[in-house]
Amino acid sequence: MDYIIEMLNIRKEFPGIVANNNITLQVQKGEIHALLGENGAGKSTLMNVLFGLYQPEKGQIKVRGEKVKISDPNVANRLGIGMVHQHFMLVDTFTVTENIVLGSEPRKGLSVDIRKAEKEVADLSEKYGLNVDPKAKIRDISVGMQQRVEILKTLYRGAEILIFDEPTAVLTPQEIKELIVIMQSLVKEGKSIILITHKLKEIMEVCDRCTVIRKGEGIGTVNVNETNPNELASLMVGREVNFTTEKQPSTPKDTYLSVKDLYVKDVRNVNMVKGLNLEVRAGEIVGIAGIDGNGQSELIEAITGLRKTESGTVTLHDKVISNLSTRKVTQSGISHIPQDRHKYGLVLDFPIGDNMVLQTYYQKPFSNKGVMSFKKVYEKARNLIKEYDVRTPSEMTKARALSGGNQQKAIIGREMDRSPDLIVAAQPTRGLDVGAIEFIHRKLIEERDKGRAVLLLSFELDEILNLSDRIAVMFDGQVIAEVKPEETNEQELGLLMAGNSTEKAGAE
Amino acid sequence: MFTNRTINILIPIISVILGLLSGAIIMLVFGYNPVAGYGALWEGAFGDSYFFGETIRMVTPYILSGLAVAFALRTGLLNIGVEGQVFVGWLASVWVGVAFDLPMAIHLPLAIIAAAAAGAFWGFIPGILKAKLGVHEVIVTIMMNYIALYTTNAIVRHVITDGEDQTENIADSASLASTWLAEMTFYSRMHYGILIALFMALVMWFILNKTSRGFELRSVGYNPFASNYAGMSVSKNIILAMMISGAFAGLAGAMEGLGTYGYLASKSGFTNIGFEGIAVALLGANTALGVVLAAFLFGILKIGALNMPTGAGVPTELVEIVIALIIFFVASSYMIRWFILRFKKEGK
Repeated sequence: MDYIIEMLNIRKEFPGIVANNNITLQVQKGEIHALLGENGAGKSTLMNVLFGLYQPEKGQIKVRGEKVKISDPNVANRLGIGMVHQHFMLVDTFTVTENIVLGSEPRKGLSVDIRKAEKEVADLSEKYGLNVDPKAKIRDISVGMQQRVEILKTLYRGAEILIFDEPTAVLTPQEIKELIVIMQSLVKEGKSIILITHKLKEIMEVCDRCTVIRKGEGIGTVNVNETNPNELASLMVGREVNFTTEKQPSTPKDTYLSVKDLYVKDVRNVNMVKGLNLEVRAGEIVGIAGIDGNGQSELIEAITGLRKTESGTVTLHDKVISNLSTRKVTQSGISHIPQDRHKYGLVLDFPIGDNMVLQTYYQKPFSNKGVMSFKKVYEKARNLIKEYDVRTPSEMTKARALSGGNQQKAIIGREMDRSPDLIVAAQPTRGLDVGAIEFIHRKLIEERDKGRAVLLLSFELDEILNLSDRIAVMFDGQVIAEVKPEETNEQELGLLMAGNSTEKAGAE
Repeated sequence: MFTNRTINILIPIISVILGLLSGAIIMLVFGYNPVAGYGALWEGAFGDSYFFGETIRMVTPYILSGLAVAFALRTGLLNIGVEGQVFVGWLASVWVGVAFDLPMAIHLPLAIIAAAAAGAFWGFIPGILKAKLGVHEVIVTIMMNYIALYTTNAIVRHVITDGEDQTENIADSASLASTWLAEMTFYSRMHYGILIALFMALVMWFILNKTSRGFELRSVGYNPFASNYAGMSVSKNIILAMMISGAFAGLAGAMEGLGTYGYLASKSGFTNIGFEGIAVALLGANTALGVVLAAFLFGILKIGALNMPTGAGVPTELVEIVIALIIFFVASSYMIRWFILRFKKEGK
């Protein structure tokens, strides 16, 4: 068998930890090879070794059968290895072409031959069906397009082996479909792809083979057509994984949250929520399904006190909470797991322990007459870290240093610990691996069973169908249908989300 | 081998050493003897009790202006207006000092509080502009420096005095000067202000690290979005942070008005106490203890330098260059960090 890339028995250590141990990755020419592992399993480290950013302590790397030493990314580039980073490295105010040629500009005398470059970019774009406008400015194009620019950047530099670092994390479902087509056409043209991911669905859909690593150890390589998501998940996590969380039927009681005829404007001063009505009762999970941009974020912000409402009311236990300050809303018994955990959920430069009291720091026992007792704060933090299985060296570690899953567990621990009546969970499992998702789903159901009301916003239909006791479909600022998860399916939800009313959807 | 904490302590120390070394090289290049030069500097700062007293006198306002900058930076704000806040603090303290005749137990605290309040007010303006209208504090504070300079001059000339360039001396009951300290240091201008400065360093540490208000201020500084999510008032905290920073700066002005000089003369330009505060805060890594140590270093360099021309024939400008080099090396701490980490790697 001819391998284009072979990484044999790679070992990479950092002070105190072994990030990679005895990992072997062999990629055939013209295949899409998945690199699967939980967050923090060592996927990125391995790829950084291949890309020349780290030097391995042990093991060897062969490219096209020849032993090589990749001492820096330029060497990797010369060997035809290109990386499509998860966080794009693009200059916002430059055009697509300018970004692509940056650092290897075609010259005409002293100036850059931008015409020639544009032509080359347009040709490449056409060849692989990328459909990118070479003259567009980066800031004017969508995230999906920006990713294609990253792909073009590697192709322009003559990459034969493309590494995609969790490429779908930032994309919409439609963009994911398009990316899959692009990857397939790249392979058809003879390129090889390494796809770093923890999404099993994508692996099953596009990959030929899959190498699994767990906690820095190489577990093995499997042929995708001989395996199934369950096997992959248990290889990755090291135990059986339940995809559908077990739960008893709900027994909803009193209405906790009630939203009546609510109107909310967004930052552009456009009405995004337009006369919305919604109720969430104690002991049930209500899922909000909908395509992004139909007023979901504004609704969540209005309920949690982050945004003022135009008209209508939000009531919790018969008390109007709309247009109260965020602090008053929090005190009235609402917990909020925010969509963007880095921007809203955590102060990343604070120790994780300090983040555990972000809403309660001024209350006893953490604070007495304005003087804080950090002893009590960290005591509480240590308890929550233990209870919610937040993996961190200590409570003094900066929140920034934790993996996404552990950051989210910390937020969830903090929010649940306030014993709220209503939990507003916005995309609680975004970007997390199966282990963390399973944990968070179980916690949300536990809270429901304790008699709390849960409002869940998610763009993952699986998650909505799996967790909700009732699904409210949002379209154009209104709840246009309410359905029971056991009486619906993805197709019907998809139609509803696109604005078809229940009757029409039912008729099809 | 090195933890993050030791690296953070190493960086300023290495910067200072590199700054002094480069200063030595420059002295050599221009034909001066660096050993004699630094010897004279040391003599000039510690050589006798008078010099020592003057050094402490110089360190006092530096500590406070450094604290002002550091406090703002710890809460996510860049207060370039410390210079102006020093002016208004100086003015307020002297005004209270000359206008009343009260028992010392009331007069002195009143003059000091007036200085802090004036500085706080001068910080409040950029604070509220940022909080309510989103105007960047750097631009406003820079402009406020000029407003402070010329307003102060006008008030000295036309309000407090009748066309004079200098106010009367403040009443003894409002003075920080101490005959005891002066006699002990051979009639230097050292005064009790150093105690206030050190106490305020403790206050800054306490506010930021021990109070729930400090927790809020730091949180808003790091991440206003998360702070808003957590129910804190971002605009209130921005205003408050600027006011506290301004109050520290105002106190630095009081040190000059009530301690060193005892009067306020109209000035043709800035005192630089506020601007040096930026360097002091930077070198002190924005911590209370760091600021105190950095202020001492700056005071030693400034006062010691006065002896370099007579002691070793080295021009004082050179000391300014050494100070600038130290700041340069602190500012390029990234570079030093990189070297330390590289050293660490190879040492393994």
